[in-house]
Amino acid sequence: MSELDELYQSLILDHNRAPRNFRELPTSSGHAEGRNPLCGDTFNVWVQVKDGVVTDVSFLGQGCAISKASASMMTTIIKGKTVSEVRGLFDRFHQMVTGRAPTAEDEKKEARNALGCLSAFAGVSAFPIRVKCATLAWHALMKAVETAADGMPADARS
Amino acid sequence: MSSPSVVDPRPGAAPDQTWDPASIRGDFPMLERTIRGRPIAYLDNAATALKPRSVIDEVVRYYQDVTANVARGVHTASQEATERFETVRHQVGMFLGSRPADEVVFTSGTTGAINLVAQSYGRAVLRPGDEVLVTEMEHHSNLVPWQLVAEQTGARVRAIPITGSGEVDLGWLERNRSDRTKIVAVCHVSNVLGTVVPVARVAALAHEMGAVCVVDGAQGVPHLRVDVGALGCDFYAFSAHKLFGPTGLGVLWGRQPLFERMPPWQGGGGMIARVEIEKSSFAPPPARFEAGTPPIAEVFGLGAVLDYLAALDRRAFEHEDRVVRYAEELLRAIPGVILHGAAPGRVGLVTFSVEGVHPHDVGTALDAGGVAVRAGHHCAQPLMARLGVTATVRASFAPYNTRREAEALAEGVEQAKRVFGQ
Repeated sequence: MSELDELYQSLILDHNRAPRNFRELPTSSGHAEGRNPLCGDTFNVWVQVKDGVVTDVSFLGQGCAISKASASMMTTIIKGKTVSEVRGLFDRFHQMVTGRAPTAEDEKKEARNALGCLSAFAGVSAFPIRVKCATLAWHALMKAVETAADGMPADARS
Repeated sequence: MSSPSVVDPRPGAAPDQTWDPASIRGDFPMLERTIRGRPIAYLDNAATALKPRSVIDEVVRYYQDVTANVARGVHTASQEATERFETVRHQVGMFLGSRPADEVVFTSGTTGAINLVAQSYGRAVLRPGDEVLVTEMEHHSNLVPWQLVAEQTGARVRAIPITGSGEVDLGWLERNRSDRTKIVAVCHVSNVLGTVVPVARVAALAHEMGAVCVVDGAQGVPHLRVDVGALGCDFYAFSAHKLFGPTGLGVLWGRQPLFERMPPWQGGGGMIARVEIEKSSFAPPPARFEAGTPPIAEVFGLGAVLDYLAALDRRAFEHEDRVVRYAEELLRAIPGVILHGAAPGRVGLVTFSVEGVHPHDVGTALDAGGVAVRAGHHCAQPLMARLGVTATVRASFAPYNTRREAEALAEGVEQAKRVFGQ
């Protein structure tokens, strides 16, 4: 598979064409905007956090296939996870797209299991300039979670 | 959209199909590198142009053989460096249409040059209610400096609209003549649409209103022969790096009587006549506007650029035009490709969108094929809004580009369409 086809896997193209949770939440406890000044791409992310668990999440905005598919898949995978699980997942995702993924076989397997469908973004590491696209919605999500009224107390967040 | 007739902006150039870019490609070391295993097709010249070996060598020569500060030392190397530095200033004056060297100020770039005009000239003359006119297609560097000085002085910035084909609406300018307009700042060539602005007409209208005309020539000098006297403008700015030269260096050309009246913008060494603790008096222009140690190595490099251009066959630029038109034809033939800008006589670039594919994804598909383009808003967000897009893809050319590279561009666009099933 060419680097290009590796990057634009069918799962990514599918989420780009038909983004999931592409709407504003009727009620939300946190919201943030993510903007890439390089290209002007902008996403808004809404979260509903209850007792430290993300019960609902959605997004709207404009961007390239990588940023939009990443936002869409993010919303499908984090629903029902605790805020600290979400944070851990973002760390792993960030490591993968920046090419700092673990090399040892067992760690690799563990990361793959944790990331699930997000592994589709592994091809981003061959195009470092696109890392910002892949993480745009995630950064907005983390901000939204921080502002969530019913989030965890600040001292328990780290 | 039909293909417009090509107006050759360079007088004296005889039509000739025989000039071969292979005759100069060996001068540019960057062209030897590969991207992802493929030869680079460098079509991002409007962002920065590649540098010929002679320019790189001249920068190295400064660091290796002539390192010294300029206009300061009594020692031999300092004298040699100063002589070379001032010779280049003279060369730049000649390059812009046989102007005297003291009308040439070295800056950090086009951006630095325009900020200088805004903060020195603009801040001195603008009063509350005055206007600065720009066009809708300015690069942020010919817009934001005016917004800053407008904020400081109570003046306001207004935009001359552009027409559907991407030309400055001169009718609007004629209808909106106002003695409140003090500065008219326009690009010579649009960095997105390639439109050549009729600067002589704009400058004449500006002068009728009692305003000065400032020209952002960053995309002008790489493609057009520039004679600032014939253009009739009052200030002309450009960057060395878009003209095959080093980064970190720009030129502000300005009319002597204006420079004479302008206060310094930045203070420091080299720009003074006499300094006491509480006050100073200032050197005459151009030194007044060159505080601190200038980019000396870069000025050396610019000298080599001007030598290179003087020796370059002018047919090279006709070849460049032909490659641009060829790229445009190839792209126009691809269903779903939308070309932006249709001004007659436009130069240097093709800007386009691909239906259903975000410009960044097009850019990545092109990069995978070794084709370097710019994908984004091109530092012209108001123009993107005017075009109704958030971003576009821009392929920009130089004389060393080939028809084969234009074909690689079209092939990359087809690849992007294939991946996205468009």
